[in-house]
Amino acid sequence: MMQITNAPIDAAALQATLANPSAGGYCAFEGWVRNENEGHEVERLEYEAYEPLCISEGERVIAEARAKYPFLEARCVHRVGILELGECAVWIGVAAKHRDEAFRACRYIIDEVKVRLPIWKKEHYVNGDSGWVNCERCASHGIDRGIEK
Amino acid sequence: MKTITVRYFAVFREHAGVSEETLNLDADTAADVFEQTRDRHGSAEPNGHCKVAVNDRLADWDMPVDDGDTVLLFPPVAGG
Repeated sequence: MMQITNAPIDAAALQATLANPSAGGYCAFEGWVRNENEGHEVERLEYEAYEPLCISEGERVIAEARAKYPFLEARCVHRVGILELGECAVWIGVAAKHRDEAFRACRYIIDEVKVRLPIWKKEHYVNGDSGWVNCERCASHGIDRGIEK
Repeated sequence: MKTITVRYFAVFREHAGVSEETLNLDADTAADVFEQTRDRHGSAEPNGHCKVAVNDRLADWDMPVDDGDTVLLFPPVAGG
């Protein structure tokens, strides 16, 4: 199940939703807001997503993971909005009969989510600047258009 | 000419100053829409680094566009 939320991610509550008596292994990945990126001191992050396609593409990724590494339950939640340092931006949990499927499916899901889902991340730096991640070559990156600063 | 609704996201929206607009374009494919709105979204990226959706479905850049379609232009993604 793929979900986009603007509310804080409650990892313990999400883990509980994967409970399955046949599961012998559980693996989770959490992506957290870090205080530095490529030499810039980061103060907070802002995530934007196009939810309809995040859901459809996220469900496709989870189905692919299930086909490759058969698991019992899996779930992915991505935050949007303003996130402070240390907050959880993305949570993935997989419950499987054995650990190997849980580890591999979890890894597959996060790797694909990062490159396929329409989600964008704007870094707000300690020095007051801001910038969209991976958009260094987009024309307006780093240019003060009266919006970014 | 075709009437195409173009939606901009993230850095593209900031550059265009609007999240969506309806334009008359001489476009056959999604790539044509990207090229013809370059001044709006401001991207110097080759469109291969960006993504596109037509009528809410992720598409290839050579996807044909028709009169009345909505084309969503996505800058390089950065989830996680």
